[in-house]
Formats: sequence, structure tokens, C-alpha cells
Amino acid sequence: MSKKLITVTINGKKEERAVEPRTLLVHFLREDLNLTGAHIGCETSHCGACTVDVDGESVKACTHLAVQCDGSEVLTVEGLADKGVLHAVQEGFYKEHGLQCGFCTPGMLMRAYRFLQENSNPTEDEIRHGMSGNLCRCTGYQNIIKSVQYAAKKLQEPVTA
Amino acid sequence: MNAPVPNAEAREIALAGMGASRLRKEDARFIQGKGNYVDDMKMPGMLHMDIVRSPIAHGRIVKINKEAALAMPGVHAVLTAEDLKPLKLHWMPTLAGDVAAVLADEKVHFQMQEVAIVIADDRYIAADAIEAVEVEYEELPVVMDPYEALQPGAPVIREDLAGKTEGAHGAREHHNHIFTWDAGNKAAADAAFDNAEVTVSQHMYYPRVHPCPLETCGCVASFDPIKGDLTTYITSQAPHVVRTVVSMLSGIPESKVRIVSPDIGGGFGNKVGIYPGYVCAIVASIVLGRPVKWVEDRMENISSTAFARDYHMDGELAATADGKITGLRVNVVADHGAFDACADPTKFPAGMFHIVSGSYDIPAAHASVKGVYTNKTPGGVAYRCSFRVTEAVYLIERMVDVLAQKLNIDKAEIRRRNFIQKEQFPYTSAFGFEYDSGDYPTALEKVLDAVDYKGLRAEQAAKRADPNSPTLMGIGLVTFTEVVGAGPSKICDILGVGMFDSCEIRIHPTGSAIARMGTITQGQGHQTTYAQIIATELGIESEVIQVEEGDTSTAPYGLGTYGSRSTPVAGAAIALAARKIHAKAKKIAAHMLEVNEADLDWEVDRFKVKGDDSKFKTMADVAWQAYHQPPEGMEPGLEAVHYYDPPNFTFPFGIYLAVVDIDRGTGETKIRRFYALDDCGTRINPMIIDGQIHGGLTEGFAVAMGQQMPYDAQGNLLGNTLMDYFLPTMVETPHWETDHTVTPSPHHPIGAKGVAESPHVGSIPTFTSAIVDAFSHLGVTHLDMPHNALRTWKALKANGVNL
Repeated sequence: MSKKLITVTINGKKEERAVEPRTLLVHFLREDLNLTGAHIGCETSHCGACTVDVDGESVKACTHLAVQCDGSEVLTVEGLADKGVLHAVQEGFYKEHGLQCGFCTPGMLMRAYRFLQENSNPTEDEIRHGMSGNLCRCTGYQNIIKSVQYAAKKLQEPVTA
Repeated sequence: MNAPVPNAEAREIALAGMGASRLRKEDARFIQGKGNYVDDMKMPGMLHMDIVRSPIAHGRIVKINKEAALAMPGVHAVLTAEDLKPLKLHWMPTLAGDVAAVLADEKVHFQMQEVAIVIADDRYIAADAIEAVEVEYEELPVVMDPYEALQPGAPVIREDLAGKTEGAHGAREHHNHIFTWDAGNKAAADAAFDNAEVTVSQHMYYPRVHPCPLETCGCVASFDPIKGDLTTYITSQAPHVVRTVVSMLSGIPESKVRIVSPDIGGGFGNKVGIYPGYVCAIVASIVLGRPVKWVEDRMENISSTAFARDYHMDGELAATADGKITGLRVNVVADHGAFDACADPTKFPAGMFHIVSGSYDIPAAHASVKGVYTNKTPGGVAYRCSFRVTEAVYLIERMVDVLAQKLNIDKAEIRRRNFIQKEQFPYTSAFGFEYDSGDYPTALEKVLDAVDYKGLRAEQAAKRADPNSPTLMGIGLVTFTEVVGAGPSKICDILGVGMFDSCEIRIHPTGSAIARMGTITQGQGHQTTYAQIIATELGIESEVIQVEEGDTSTAPYGLGTYGSRSTPVAGAAIALAARKIHAKAKKIAAHMLEVNEADLDWEVDRFKVKGDDSKFKTMADVAWQAYHQPPEGMEPGLEAVHYYDPPNFTFPFGIYLAVVDIDRGTGETKIRRFYALDDCGTRINPMIIDGQIHGGLTEGFAVAMGQQMPYDAQGNLLGNTLMDYFLPTMVETPHWETDHTVTPSPHHPIGAKGVAESPHVGSIPTFTSAIVDAFSHLGVTHLDMPHNALRTWKALKANGVNL
């Protein structure tokens, strides 16, 4: 199958690659770029383990084509921490025991990251709905909700020098 | 200037040993996308495998044409059973004493059965190529109902067993019969029923469900044709057993087989068995001399890897007029699919189902389970339970409710009257289990107080009196006992290997430590909890204790992680390995302090001379001495290995209560409250225990309220994606309230019993109990799961109560 050249900015770094038009974004990230944080759980957009951020929106990379991202900015879990400092959502999941096997976690984190920009001070019910595109089989969700609440609170704290 | 020595309490906090809600060591990699799952593995020259699967449930393979697929660029091989035959790898033994086809041998037995494999340069080419493999089938009559399967003229499912009158578990009565397994005392149970003042009976169906971990199954097999070594990265809950089986199947010496379970994205029993895909990838790697990766997709996972449950159960109770149970009889027809591939200890074809007498002092009991072949997927895994405990607990808890209803006794009260009492432990049940310890009445009263049970019943009575109430209110109550920690080798083995587990601990000269284990975590947080046990036993801070699992080339042999056995079995192995080190360390400390061992006291992290706080040696001091200058005649080093064969199972228990409101117009159920009290003995990390309980309750909620694997009469699975198969999201998942009591196991070195399955086992009947309770005033005694809105709406309609 003939390939198409695409340019994508991934975690702040410009990448140019030739891909088959049918290549899924999740395979492009995992196979071509060795960014294995996004996981494949269902191939139908239901579990959210492959969630990444594309141009400021949560995208399920298992049903999104790599060629659709030509010229886009993509953020994955690998780009979430800033110079070794964990993002508030990462800290929240750690502190509130928001994960067990860790498989859904990168997708959860990427959705939480975007969700808290859409709604910086959510209620529990809003978190439940805002995160409902991501499934988890281990945690029972209660601690994930607490993790998102932790991050929301932390993100609202004034930045200190 | 020397810093002041912190007091014992401060040092204990710094250790972060048992009892501390220590944050998890394993999280750092997961939250930064640095987990290392099977699908993350890449190897130089690696090829990809995909599987051609049967579209029909039962049929003869007339012809397979590989030519078109083989002609595709990038395709390296297409293999069928004919190719595996010379290697004698086209059939394999199952964990249940049966055999299963690796690739369909002349006949397919269930939809999505593996028929051929394709190996190609990448997963896209492999996926294209499986479409190009042409398979011609001659369809055969399909049998989906286990009762019909046992009819005299039923189609023969397993032609390979033709004429075989003896199965792995006794005589076969019929060509689709696998085994009949009896437990308890039939004569005594029959006598109890003959003499009973009251009897009740109830038929119930525990539907077929799927564990559905988010990570599907897969492996990367790499055979080195020069060295003759086979390395396989695999999604397995039992890597050592996989190595043994792979060696037995392939003929490669076990010492040249390395099985690695890296990070595993959830197991729940789904990753205990050995699936054809694993074997095929290994064969493909041997044939091609290159690494081969196989990772199944979600449809393959749901439709071809092991399901759970599918038990058709008849329960009967005999009792006195005031509700004291005198006898229990159980008859089960178990649908095991096309091959008997249940993950059960060898001697227990129905697993630990004979915990079916539950938390009650029942003098006479008998259970009979009949295993049957049908044209469904094989498997029958212990899905988040210890080998069929889920079904057993469901049955007894439903039956006790049915009896309570018949006698008009409150469901809490009838349990009080039948509990095994605290002073009766150790208690031997009518099925021969010796329950180690328990205190059910205390736990029950704690829950009833916490939820204001009387108040709830009063509210329910008021609602029932109000004809305009928009909802039916139900209260579910379950008081369950689990049996975990499989198991004592004298009664539990898998393929002849005893179900012990193991730990090897090495203390390094500078006082840090590594522990290697026979188990493998799938999210249970072993790296954290195991380190906490060592921290408490040896006085080394959790922070500097490394825990390694899953690599058969470095870890001691163990039976793996399933059936909630990690803490009861491997946790004990850790404690006892640590105690061996502790004993040697004490000798070294005595030598260093020039006193007798008897003159030393242990305090948190150090040996102190009795009566003189200033004279002590910490474990770190001792470690250095052990490698530098051990006492004369003593072997240097500070390490130990322990293989722990448990003397008995452990019996954690719990009391769960649910309050539901059912909309009379729509049948939708709101879980208003769910209160779960668990007693798992000694608690190592309360944070992790709570997390496990939340997870188990959520999976229980899914099973009770929405999951099913419906098949049509032709054997088509109607719904094998997450579009159809219900996994709850955050929106529908209820809020969980957790509580605990602590009744340590008397025979376990640290008193821990295991917890992760209890919430699954206990919650499922609690939901049914609550739903049925909402209908109980109408004379309804039982409603089968799943309690989705449509089914509940139909029940409302049938009872004339919908709006």
C-alpha cells in the first residue's frame, strides 16, 4: 500500500514519517514512534485505554487515523510530566491510589488532563460523566474520581515561585 | 556529632511495614507511560501472527486453501492442524484432564475456534492474509443447551472421545457427559429432608460471563535455533506452570525454556489457562526461527478465551419451623463448552464448589455437579473467585433468603440462627472443609448498626403501604465465607504440580534487599505489600526492598497468582523466608555484641542487649558483618528461600448489604447504598485492600446487573465487543462503603487470609438479594441475573406492579 508523508508534533517534538493511509494513530504512536504509553484495549473506542490529546481534544487513538493528524499537535502520557515534575493528574492518581494494573491509566490521565481544562472545578457527577469514556476493570472508579478531584484542587492552587 | 536515635515508634513509621497504607512502589512507571506489557515488546526480526477462526459453531472442515494468503507479499507462513500433526502439537492437554485442539483437527467445535494461523511482517499484513485463507465447512447440528446435550439422541460433540467410557474424573454416562462429581453425604442429607419440618427448593441459573481484563491475551515467542533456547513473554498469571507445560509439549528441556510475565493488564482468572494462540506463536517461532508476536483483539478475547460460570443449579434446604437449617442438597448441570478446560485443581472437577454450605452450621449436606460438553467456548475460569466459589456462595445465599421468605423470618435473623459460632472454630463443614477462624455475628451486627437496618425496613414497609410510591425498595443482605489460599499440596495440584508458593530473599551487604517470588501481580500491588511484610519481619525500610516476579529464569518455582492465593500462600513464604534470615541475623548480632542469643531482644529494626538500650546492632549492621566477617564457621551471606505448602486453606468472610430502588415504570435500578464489611484477617496495606474491594464490587455489579453472553441456537455469540458486552463506566458504578473486622487466620504465619475475590463473590448475590427483596412481598422468591432494566421491567409487569 502506498504511503503518505505526514508531519506531526508529538509531545513538543516535530516528527515526519511516511505511513500507510490506513495506519491507526495508536499503532503509529506505539510501533513507529515507540511511545507505548497509549494502550489498545477494545479497537472500538469504548475503553479509552488509547486516549491521547490531539489539538486540544481527547481522541481515542484506536479509531483515529495517523494521516488525520498531519499538521497536528499530539500529546501523549509520555509528554505529561514537565522536566521530570509530575503533572497534577499524575500526582493525583499516585496519591489517591487511582490505579491498579496500570493498563487503563495512560488513557485515564490523558482524559483527566483534558477534562480539567474543559471544567476546572467539577462536581463528582460531572467527573463521572466527563470521564465515562474510559473504562477501568480494577479500581472500581471511586479512587479515580478522588484522583481527579485532587488534581483539580492542585491545579487551582496559585503558582508559587 | 551523632544524630539522636529515633524512638521505636518513629522507626516503625519509617519502615512502612504491615498495617501502613503505603503508596504503591509500582505506580511511578504506570503514570508515566513506562509500563512494560506484552504488546510493548519488540524484538529484532519479529514477525506477527494472526488467527483464522471458525465462523460456525459445529462443522467438519472439508478443505483449507492457503495459496492466496501465501502469495501475499510479507506473508511468511500459513499453518493448520496438518502442519502441527508431525510435531504432535495439534492437540494439547487442558488443566482439567481433558485435551483441546490447538488448531481445529478436521472439525470445529465452537464459533471462533482457531483453524489456521498466518505469520507475516506486520499485523496489518497478517490481518489481510487471514481473510485470504479459504476454509470450506460442512455444517453439523449445534448443541447449545446442556440439558439437551445429555439427551440420548443428541449430536456427538467430541468425536475424538468416541467409545471412551472413563473420563478424567470417573465414568462417562453419555457421549456429551464429562464427569459427575459428588461431595458430602447423600444418605445423611436425604435423611434430613425426610425428617424436616420445612423444606424449600429453588432453581437458578448463574449465567455465562467473561472476566474481560482490559489487556487482552498475547505473547511474544522467540526460539533461538542455534542455542535451542525458547524465551516467551506472555500474559500469564502462572508463568512457572506455563514453562512446565511448554516443556512437556515441545520437548525442549525446561531449563532452556524461559517464560516471562511482564506487567499484566488485569487477569481475573482469564490469564491462568494456556490458550491455542500461545502454543501457535511458540510453534511458529520454532518453525521460522524468528520471534513471533501474537496479541488477540477484543472480539477474540471475549469469544475464544475462557468464560466463567454457566451453572444451572437446583438448591434445596431442610429446616425446622423456626428456621434452623438441618440439611442442604444441591444439583448442578455445568456447561463447560466444547473442551473441559476449567482452571481447577486436578482433584476438584467442580473446584471449591463444596464451600456451598457457606457461613452456616449445616449438619448434613450433599452436592452433585454434572459437567457437560456443548458447542460453546471452553474455559470455565475461576473468574475473580477461588474455583467456583462464586456459584456456591450465590446458591447458599439465595437459598437462605428463600427459606427466610417461606418462614417469614427476617433475613438477618435467619442468618443469626444458623451462623457457625465463634467458639466452633476450627469448624469442619459437612463437606469436609476445616474453616480456620471466623466471627460472623459480630460482623453482622456491625453492618446492621452502620446502615440502620431497622430504619431501612421501616422505610420499606412505609413505601409498600403507599400505592403511589414510584419505586420498589429492596434490601439485599449476604453473609458469605470464601475459601482461598489454594492450596495444600496433599489435596491441591495443577497437572500434578503441588500448589505451594515460594520466596527467595537476599539481603545485600549495605542492608537493602531483593525478594523474588513465584507469584505475578496483575495489579494487586505485590511490589508494595510484599515489601511491607519483609519490612516488618526484618526491620528494613520498604523503600529499599525490591520485589521481582514473573521471570522463570530468576524466580523460584511457584504456582502463580489467582484464586486470591498470593497473600495466603506466597505471603506466608515471604514471612518464613524472612524468619530464616532473622534467625541467622540474630546469631551474627549476638556474636557482634559478644552476648548469648538469649540475651537479645528484637525491636523494630535492631537486636538490643536486654537491659541496655545503648548496645544494639541494626539489621543493616548485621548484613555488613554477614558479608564481611561472619562468625567463625558460619557460611557468609544473608539470604534464604522458602517454599510454603499451606497446611489448610484460609477462610476470609464478609457481610454485605445493598439498598436498591427500582423504578416501577422503567425497571431501572438505582443502587442507593452498598455497604461491604470484609474480614481478611491481618491487613497488610489498608489502602490496597480498599482498592481491591472497590474493584471486586464493581466487577460484581457488572455481573449481577448487566453481563451476559447470549448465544443464538446456531451457536453465534451475540455480542463480543465492548459495544455489546457490559463493562460499567463511572456513570453507572455505585459508590462503595467499606468496613472491616479482623479475625486472623490461626495457621498462617502472619494471620492474613486474602481479600481480592471476596467483594466479587459476596456482592453478586447481594444485588440479587436486594432485587428479589423488592419483589418479596409479592411472593417472588428468585429472579435470575442479569438484573438489567428490561428483565426487571418484565418482572414488574409479570407481577402487576409496573406503572
